[in-house]
Amino acid sequence: MTRRERFLYFFYLHRTGLTVSALTLALAVYPPLWGNPYLLGVTNQIALYAIVVLGLNLFIGYAGQISLGHAAFFALGAYGSALLSGEAGVTPWLALALAVLAASGVALLVGIPTLRLHGHYLAMATLGFNLVVYLVLMQWDKMTGGPSGYAGIQPLALGDFAFASDLRLHYLVWGVALLCLTLALNLVRSGVGRGLAAVAGDEVAAAACGVDTRAAKVKVFVLSAAFAALAGGLYAHGFGFVSPETFGIFASVDFVAMVVVGGLGSVWGSLFGVALLTCLPEWIDRFESYKEIVHGAILVGVLMFLPQGLVTGLVDLARVRLARWKARHA
Amino acid sequence: MLELRGICRNFGGLAALSEVSFRAAAGEVTALIGPNGAGKSTLINCATGVDRPDAGEVLLGGIAITGQPAHRVAGLGVARTFQNLRLFPRLSVLDNVLCGLTVAAGRSLLGALLRPPALRDRERRLRLRALAALDRFNLTALADWPVGVLAYGDRKRVELARAVVGEPRLLLLDEPVAGLNATETAAVGAEIRRLRAQGYSVLLVEHDMELVMGVADRVVVLDGGRCIAQGTPAEVRRNPLVLEAYLGKTSLVA
Ligand SMILES: Nc1ncnc2c1ncn2[C@@H]1O[C@H](COP(=O)(O)OP(=O)(O)O)[C@@H](O)[C@H]1O
Ligand SMILES: [Mg+2]
Repeated sequence: MTRRERFLYFFYLHRTGLTVSALTLALAVYPPLWGNPYLLGVTNQIALYAIVVLGLNLFIGYAGQISLGHAAFFALGAYGSALLSGEAGVTPWLALALAVLAASGVALLVGIPTLRLHGHYLAMATLGFNLVVYLVLMQWDKMTGGPSGYAGIQPLALGDFAFASDLRLHYLVWGVALLCLTLALNLVRSGVGRGLAAVAGDEVAAAACGVDTRAAKVKVFVLSAAFAALAGGLYAHGFGFVSPETFGIFASVDFVAMVVVGGLGSVWGSLFGVALLTCLPEWIDRFESYKEIVHGAILVGVLMFLPQGLVTGLVDLARVRLARWKARHA
Repeated sequence: MLELRGICRNFGGLAALSEVSFRAAAGEVTALIGPNGAGKSTLINCATGVDRPDAGEVLLGGIAITGQPAHRVAGLGVARTFQNLRLFPRLSVLDNVLCGLTVAAGRSLLGALLRPPALRDRERRLRLRALAALDRFNLTALADWPVGVLAYGDRKRVELARAVVGEPRLLLLDEPVAGLNATETAAVGAEIRRLRAQGYSVLLVEHDMELVMGVADRVVVLDGGRCIAQGTPAEVRRNPLVLEAYLGKTSLVA
């Protein structure tokens, strides 16, 4: 190998690690250089949603299932952590950990019966779960504050260093988001990840290859719920206030739209989907009032023309073109 | 290697298999033939845990595996192909073949998330094994193609590669040459002979008599869900019951 080839090969071999490192570096230096409170507010939101959507994409995109209830796990993490630290006097970090554990437990209980279902039935079951959680948040107002929300949530802190400002929060939420990104990238490059993709492709064949399909679906559902709950906890302690409307079924649909725009089964696409759908209403003022309609239209449009999702659909097209081209010039 | 004892399987009152018993010996190619609808695919499904027999016993290496789910059976070193191709259309050829190494890849979700150096190393070795299998089946040039866009013959070979890559103790092939042209059929026949020479145990379901007679050590004949004959290819070819079963259905190669 020449020096140049060796150099390129090194890049190829470590492409994932290098891309993550580059992204980390960019996120580390961006706030002092260009950061203003408004922009930081938006990117922090992107980080939190990215955590949810990375997990959800493993479940929807890789394992080929559907959930219209992930805002409920987001809510369990947020309210769970807020109430544990506010009402039970648990320290915020421990409250966050307990809330994530509890939400994972709920996901296990919900997942075992519902994941026997397919397609529309699974969508309805998860949607129903989201509605139940939403109603509890609205009705149980002695604890949750009902429709007016729950305020005064303590920030997470390291000693005296509280993650209260937008700038500090930036490093916390992006730190966690990058960690989740790494975990997701690790998973999809393993045998377990291929097993999930196999389940999405053909359950019978997956089982014949040795994938315990039922267990695989439940595991990835619980994992995605844990990601959502983690994001919820960070949201609660980061912004200090939670109210039910953040966690309704429209939020769940938004998450699915982000997965679909990013592309089913594309970890990097997830980041793109979250960024695009979070920024759109910021760019276009009028958009805010029609957000649900526009998200719905995007969802339907993408699914009609590129059923694999936007980014993945385009990448797949490119892959086929490239493979054909290589075959012709081989 | 594989032993079936009195397997019965009914679909809504209709007996697809009744009291089927035979053995597929280790290191041999056992062919399972019979007219369409004889129950061959049902039998393979029952033997691999894809389906459950209503009665009877399935033994693998002398141990009962009756009614075990498919992934358990796969974990015991049984690999198979399907009559109507079951690939993962969105995955690349290489990833499809890597799925055949699921058992060797381990199943710890936590391990996969953390990707410790040992796992990284194992993944690299599995990749090499998969690439070797691609080479063996002449698929190297197609490694990055999504399987969904391949020609039928290529897909058939991908499925074969996926079944073989894990070096299974027992390999069940459900009509591996159905729909292939003469050249492709000959290549698959040569591959089955090579597998046999390497000591694999194979249960081969096939319509192509020429192929069966050329590669099989033993032949088992099913008709209407019953085992009507078994023996060496020469014996079975002379058996009047077999001739009747085939001629009665008006097509010698069904
Ligand atoms: N899932 C099923 N439901 C109902 N009937 C089935 C099913 N699978 C197979 N059969 C019936 O069982 C019989 C045997 O089928 P099969 O095993 O596919 O035959 P072969 O593979 O020998 O052509 C056929 O009559 C078929 O219609
Ligand atoms: Mg058949």
